[in-house]
Amino acid sequence: MSDKTLTVADYPLAEKRPEIVETKAGKTLDDIGLDAVLSDRVTLEDLRITGRALRQQAEISKAAGRPTLAANFERGAELVDVPQDVIMRTYELLRPGRAGSKDELLAAAKELRDVYGAEGVAAFIEEAADVYERRSLYKKRY
Amino acid sequence: MTEESHIRANRWKRFSDWDERPLRLDKFAAEDAASGFAAFNSPYDPKPGLAMGSGVVESMDGIAVRDFDMIDIFISKYHLDPEIAPEAMAMPSIEVARMLVDMNVPRSTLVRLAHGMTPAKLAEVVAHLSSLEIAFAYGKMRARQTPGNQAHVTNAKDDPLQMAADAATAVAFGFDEIETTMRVARNSWSNAVACAVGASVGRWGTLFQCSSEEAEELKIGMAGFTSYAETLSVYGTEKSFIDGDDTPWSKAFLAAAYASRGIKMRCTSGAGSELLMGFHESKSLLYLEARCLCLQRAMGVQGTQNGGVDGAPVTCTVPGGMRELMAENLIAVWLDLECASGNDARATESEIRVGAKILPYLIAGSDLICSGFGSILKYDNSFNPSLLNGEELEDYLVLQRDFEADGGLTPIGEARIMELRARAVDAISAVLEELGLAKPTADMKQSVIAASGSDETRTFSGRDVAMISESIFARSITVIDVIKALAARGFREEADNLLKLVRLRVSGDYLQTSAMIRDGKIVSAVNDPNDYQGPGTGYRVSEGRREEIVAIRDVLTRQEVLRGEAQFRPAEVTRIAYRPVGPAAVTANPREVVIGISPAFGVKLFQTVAGHPLSAILRVLIAGIAEGGCTARVVRMRHTADTSFLGLSAARLAGSGVGIGIQAKGTAVIHQKDRLPHNNLELFSNSPITKLEHYKRMGLNAAAYALGEMPEPVIVPTRGEAMGSRYHARVSMIYAIETEMTSEGAEPEEIDIKFLGAAA
Repeated sequence: MSDKTLTVADYPLAEKRPEIVETKAGKTLDDIGLDAVLSDRVTLEDLRITGRALRQQAEISKAAGRPTLAANFERGAELVDVPQDVIMRTYELLRPGRAGSKDELLAAAKELRDVYGAEGVAAFIEEAADVYERRSLYKKRY
Repeated sequence: MTEESHIRANRWKRFSDWDERPLRLDKFAAEDAASGFAAFNSPYDPKPGLAMGSGVVESMDGIAVRDFDMIDIFISKYHLDPEIAPEAMAMPSIEVARMLVDMNVPRSTLVRLAHGMTPAKLAEVVAHLSSLEIAFAYGKMRARQTPGNQAHVTNAKDDPLQMAADAATAVAFGFDEIETTMRVARNSWSNAVACAVGASVGRWGTLFQCSSEEAEELKIGMAGFTSYAETLSVYGTEKSFIDGDDTPWSKAFLAAAYASRGIKMRCTSGAGSELLMGFHESKSLLYLEARCLCLQRAMGVQGTQNGGVDGAPVTCTVPGGMRELMAENLIAVWLDLECASGNDARATESEIRVGAKILPYLIAGSDLICSGFGSILKYDNSFNPSLLNGEELEDYLVLQRDFEADGGLTPIGEARIMELRARAVDAISAVLEELGLAKPTADMKQSVIAASGSDETRTFSGRDVAMISESIFARSITVIDVIKALAARGFREEADNLLKLVRLRVSGDYLQTSAMIRDGKIVSAVNDPNDYQGPGTGYRVSEGRREEIVAIRDVLTRQEVLRGEAQFRPAEVTRIAYRPVGPAAVTANPREVVIGISPAFGVKLFQTVAGHPLSAILRVLIAGIAEGGCTARVVRMRHTADTSFLGLSAARLAGSGVGIGIQAKGTAVIHQKDRLPHNNLELFSNSPITKLEHYKRMGLNAAAYALGEMPEPVIVPTRGEAMGSRYHARVSMIYAIETEMTSEGAEPEEIDIKFLGAAA
């Protein structure tokens, strides 16, 4: 794999740079064929995006002049290994009135940082915790 | 009138006529900015402005940082580029507006400036543009060069068989995305499986989403059935945002979560949502939407579904509403977002307003022209009817052909559709059986394959569907199980198509802005950027694509029309014989009326456009003349096929000076020898609605004129039918036969007519 930052010329990766596209288990796109699925050599787990792929796409977005999209891909990359229930619980907590206090959001941020290394997302939630306090969102809605 | 009226009318009856038109079902609202009913400019909108101190925002659009609401905070931090903002905000709005419609200013220059503009600034700039300029700027500014389209696929019964058949049908028509939702929330899993299977029939690459509750939708995506989501709504005021049960941070988190699952995502916003939710803050629709769009770019979503969407109907009640919808789409693409440009919720009952609404998008192109075109019938649309629906899909195909514009769809033949629908129903049935979910009967399947809508199907009950859906969820069935079921039952191609779609997640290429799949390849704003810089640049309909677009069904060709005409010959030769008896001369018989027939009359053409055999026409004309006390003589003109000249030439040969000219297609005239060619006595110009009795009366009147009388002219009543659209293509082809048979200076030929057997 090349360490050079990807550009729009590398896009789409599946066509232009298939050698750098692989699943978490190291399978290539060519490994993910119908026969492999039918013989259980490929599972749903192999059809997931990786943090690396999202960071690659972030590089392409930046090169294409879309820094905010890149930032979203980078947050997404941090969430790839976060289990679904944690994702849903965190999302729910971020909805208005779900967290009864700032501390609940800060605890969620801490979990994402400490357990999953999701530094950027954690900082993002901490920012939300401040804003929600300023805008009085810690009150029950139902 | 049998009675004279002495009552003075108090109403012009045209208003009563207008009351009955579908348009009057639309209700219109007075402009009232304080109540939120202003499209573009509300006196309560802030003036654009940005104060920065050492690279930090101090106030935006007249609001100081300490008073920022959540939306302001998010936009100022994540959308505004402090490097660009001072330059962009200092530019006069009118100048930027001119740049938007200046083909020499590249899109990239304008996109860069937008990164430094506040919502009020963006709204102020586009407000300078007329509807035409907005449409032009939209065509120039949209992110991806190749236009596309999205369909709704739903049905009133949440029937998985119909869902699969209709998904396959939508895919065949060329939709790049299909979106489903359900009547009953718990049916989401069944709908998702059925659409995913249906969309894998015929080709691969149509992205699919199942619109449901946020958490549920993500779960369905995680199970691999869907490939995109677009129901992440954002709002332009803080109170509506909270009422919508989200914040910019919760929605941005969800956006990142979708990315982390490799699922394409766009937000939804649009004029009117804050108005409907009751928290509009007296701001204009456009200003609030500009806030939504800046927020979406700030969140880092690749695109938006806007243009009113569910708020389109209320937006279209205010002056400038449709222009506003176009303007907000323009802001979206100017902010470099993929734009699924509304044109979904049916904003009017008037078909004219529907056609007017869609046209600018059709000719400007859009990433997804409709963000859902109702590919099913109106009553089957679980989102509510779309601007365009299954009923009107062919109208849209014809609009593409009329304007040689690529609206993303391709006409498809009846046989192919039946094949695909049957295949889709067989495929979903195989999956339901293989996974032990249900056993559709042959009757159910047959009824669905042929059905235009769910009223015509005999299929699963609502309870059956709920059980299928809950079972899919409870047993944690994933797309892998469905792929295996398809393959096990011989649907290898569909299994492979479905796998290819899910496999897109691995590289994530389709997460980039405006991504769709065409011919198995990713096409997005990254590798297909809009490079419009005037004629010869930007998206052009290729010759191959044009051939697809123009190939609508039932197109007349000259060969077919001529073959059709020739079919009438065998019957006509048993009814009439035309025997030429030499050159026609003028006679001195004052009671003689000449009927001048056209060159192909009874030679190559045998019936009128109305379907009357020419023998019958001649029979009644001659009978009418005789009944009127005159005699008829038939002369074939060979120097002209024009009705006026046929009539005038006939009149000049007639002893009475009165003649009838008639073309094979049935157009007929009574002429008089001293009149100017186009100043005839009577004319039947609408041959398609001219009846035999009219020709009979024409004969009678011709006789009356010959005898110097002034008869009541024969009027062929018309109800305003668009004769030209119905008949002119065929008529032109038929008439060309006549003109081909003319020869300059050829003398009129007297014809002896003999009627054979019984009348036709």
